[in-house]
Amino acid sequence: MKIPLIYNLRSVLHRPATTAATALGVAFVVLTFVGMLALANGFRAALIATGRPDNLFVLRSGADGEISSGIGRDQAAILRGYPEVAKLADGRPIASADVYVVVSKPRMDGSETHMPVRGVGTEATQVRAVRITAGRMFEAGRAEVIVGRGLAGRMRDTRLGDRLRFGQQDFTVVGHFAAGGGAFESEVWGDAETLMSVFRGPVYQSMVLRLADPASFETVKARIEGDRRLQLQVKRESDFFAEQSSLLGSVLRFIAIFVTAIMAVGAVFGAINTMDAMVAARAREIALLRTLGFGGRSVLASFLIESVFVALIGGVLGCILALPINGIRTSTTNWQSFGELTFAFRITPEILLQGLAFAVIMGLVGGLLPAWRASRQTLASGLR
Amino acid sequence: MTRTTLVLANLRRRLRRTILTVLGLAVALFLFVSLRTFLHTLQTLGDVGSESRLVISNKLGIVFPLPLAYRARVAGMDGVHTVSHASWFGGTYGDGRSFFASFAVDPDSYFSLYPEIVLPPEQRAAFMADRTGAVVGVKLMERFGWKLHQTVTLRGTIYPGDHAFTIRGVYTAGKKGFDQGSFMFHHRYLEERTRDQGGAGLTGWYVLGVTDPERAPGIARTIDAWYENSSAPTRSQTEKAFNLAFVGLYGNIGFFLNAIGMAVVFAILMVAANTMAMSARERFSEIAVLKTLGFSDGEVMRLVVIEALVISLLGLLLGLGAAMLVFNIVQFDLGGFVPGLSVTPQIAAIGAGVALLIAVASGVVPAWQAGRLRVVDALRYTA
Amino acid sequence: MPLVDVQGVSKVYQRDSLSIPVLDAVSFAIETGEFLALMGPSGSGKTTLLNLLAGLDRPSAGRIQISGEDITQLKSKRLAAWRSRHVGFIFQLYNLIPVLTALQNVELPLLLTPLKRAERRAHAETALRVVGLEDRMHHFPRQLSGGQEQRVGIARAIVTDPTLILADEPTGDLDARAAQEILELLVRLNREYHKTIVLVTHDPHAAERASRSLHLEKGALLEQTRAGMPAGGAS
Repeated sequence: MKIPLIYNLRSVLHRPATTAATALGVAFVVLTFVGMLALANGFRAALIATGRPDNLFVLRSGADGEISSGIGRDQAAILRGYPEVAKLADGRPIASADVYVVVSKPRMDGSETHMPVRGVGTEATQVRAVRITAGRMFEAGRAEVIVGRGLAGRMRDTRLGDRLRFGQQDFTVVGHFAAGGGAFESEVWGDAETLMSVFRGPVYQSMVLRLADPASFETVKARIEGDRRLQLQVKRESDFFAEQSSLLGSVLRFIAIFVTAIMAVGAVFGAINTMDAMVAARAREIALLRTLGFGGRSVLASFLIESVFVALIGGVLGCILALPINGIRTSTTNWQSFGELTFAFRITPEILLQGLAFAVIMGLVGGLLPAWRASRQTLASGLR
Repeated sequence: MTRTTLVLANLRRRLRRTILTVLGLAVALFLFVSLRTFLHTLQTLGDVGSESRLVISNKLGIVFPLPLAYRARVAGMDGVHTVSHASWFGGTYGDGRSFFASFAVDPDSYFSLYPEIVLPPEQRAAFMADRTGAVVGVKLMERFGWKLHQTVTLRGTIYPGDHAFTIRGVYTAGKKGFDQGSFMFHHRYLEERTRDQGGAGLTGWYVLGVTDPERAPGIARTIDAWYENSSAPTRSQTEKAFNLAFVGLYGNIGFFLNAIGMAVVFAILMVAANTMAMSARERFSEIAVLKTLGFSDGEVMRLVVIEALVISLLGLLLGLGAAMLVFNIVQFDLGGFVPGLSVTPQIAAIGAGVALLIAVASGVVPAWQAGRLRVVDALRYTA
Repeated sequence: MPLVDVQGVSKVYQRDSLSIPVLDAVSFAIETGEFLALMGPSGSGKTTLLNLLAGLDRPSAGRIQISGEDITQLKSKRLAAWRSRHVGFIFQLYNLIPVLTALQNVELPLLLTPLKRAERRAHAETALRVVGLEDRMHHFPRQLSGGQEQRVGIARAIVTDPTLILADEPTGDLDARAAQEILELLVRLNREYHKTIVLVTHDPHAAERASRSLHLEKGALLEQTRAGMPAGGAS
């Protein structure tokens, strides 16, 4: 025979202060959990949104990132000439040989960070989906740059018309751009040839080429990497940027799990205490229920449901409290790319569900021992 | 028997509950102290840097090199006693998954500028005599299981190819917090190996030793002014400022860690307050008896608060103790990424403050209720 | 001068908007060394009167003088201190602290005195000896029978050598034999140790052992008699 749920509901409401305190404890744990998952997710999303699987991404072999890579003009020319590379109507290959550096520049609050600056080829907007959101695109050969919307407003001198100084030369910000929420939005783009002369000389750091047929990836990769004269390594562009987030992403996820696990332990202790006291205070009621004929297992289930119910209230509350975090932007240095990366907290329905599941688990674990004890309570002791 | 006996007896009454509350508190305080320790260490990474060493790097950024030609002029400056230079190598070992710092240095000048690098004299001599030699930090030796005089091959990321080195020296840190996991070798060797890759005549950064730290800012300004309009403008700053700049890269991680710390404290406050309230509620009749015996309202309130304080104190001892064990004694350092994590007295004091706050906040309502309790209501029975 | 002088004491309880009168202009006196029984049916106000004598409650009107001091004028903190020195209370349900031993329970009121630890312990042991429980000093209340628990309660009530011992239906929860023992003890305290005792009870046999009885009915005192016999034959 099942104990009616209305009994549990009433009991919970009968002790509003205790219920509220326990639920709040769970709520804060869930809040932290969801918040940290959202942080890790936002970070991952920024990098996953970067790059396409049908773009070939080329670095010097042995380099672990664009910063430490170098590709010569002649190598770039050879790659451009490959038949598998997609072409525009007029026959120009859809490709871009990029210069990539990070320059020390201040954020709005004065703290210094490394601003990623990418010099791109003339076909850059064809090979990567980039959309001008303000102002205009820069003109090749001129000291002009466009700023990704992630950086614009977070770093100094990034408004339209501002001047960014690189070395001896001033570059005018003529536009802002969006790139589907990806890492490029944390970069400043300019003309490769112009920036080359300012930075490191006649060497590119990376090259990206669109494949006419995505299925040809393996063949092309084998050919390029097999050519000993070239000394290059090849990845899918999307894979490269996803890998660039792996370290920091793992650290963020580790911290999230570590912190939340510990908090959960504390909250579970609290839940056990609460349930314990409830069981003790309701010894008479339990004995009564047993007298009426409800079995031990019904009592167990009943108390467990109550514990989960309170925890679930806390879980829902925690999720609601976490919602305002969604969309808050933050930035940090990505250790692998060495450049500033801005990203936003990203709460998804999955994360919210995970938060709720976590709350339920806390309710189960916290309620198990007391509920089991309640079910084992002898009739005599309860009616004493 | 004293008032203490009464308080302790009350805590023993429901031992499981007391233990759970103390453990919950201990866990929360451990987390809180750990977060603060992490934050504090990040912020004081700059403290390891010296005020009497200047770092000169390319104004554009650390990834850009400086000409070796600057050395002569800088060395001749009044107030500068030693000049050294170094370049980031960025090598990997084995499968490349485990990160460590590797850089080429100008050996004699570098070691004399960094007395924190403690190297036995015979090892130093061996290193100086071998141009492919390397000096490796003791922590790095342990990590990869290397032995003295072993030849190791590092794969270059910036300078492609495999490069062989022979370990000639193992150094330890002469100062607390100084990194013990770096790999250093001869700058000449780097120049040799990268001759064809356009690395000639370049270095990553300079380190200067100044005789009087007060003059360091002035010297820095002079140097930067010299090269301001050259193709490789400099940015000179004290090593302290240089290290702090690296911390700044982390962005507002400090803010987040603090936010998490707050959430932790709140969560555990709910737990503690709940427990205290439950205990107090169960004992109202006893509190009434105490009042009958002549204990004043104030004294009864004090008893409740003292109970909360005892629980907090126990939780603090456990949580803080665990944190100090992990960081100060076992010296856990996140796989080499954050050396020198240590619970300072200030952090311990903050932890104690939080424990006190929790005790007061969780005890205040039950204490107030106990104080206001009217005996006649609590002991009501048929007359 | 009487030890206790109750003058025109009334007590009215406020429950929401209702006023419930419990005592109505009660006046009487207690001499030092008396053994007084307060009797009356349920709801007559006898426990309320006892609470007032103990300073646990304040009358709505009237004065109570004990040893020359008007306790109705004392503020709560002074009242608590006064109570610790002048009153020993015995409850119907014993009300011992379950986590303390018998000895510790008896020592409890002594924490409010300037006595040192060793002295407190000695006094408590003496009190337990008086009530005949010296061999059960270190037992917890749950290890004692009802009668034994009440004896601990009495020991606790006398350990500070208070001016007044107030007992609220001390035998109400005990069987006949234990009740008898408790009453014997109270009589002994009165005869041998000259303690002034006020006993609330509705048991006429208990009242018989007292030197005087007061009868309350609906908050008002009926006539006073000696030797437990109410005037007019009401019993």
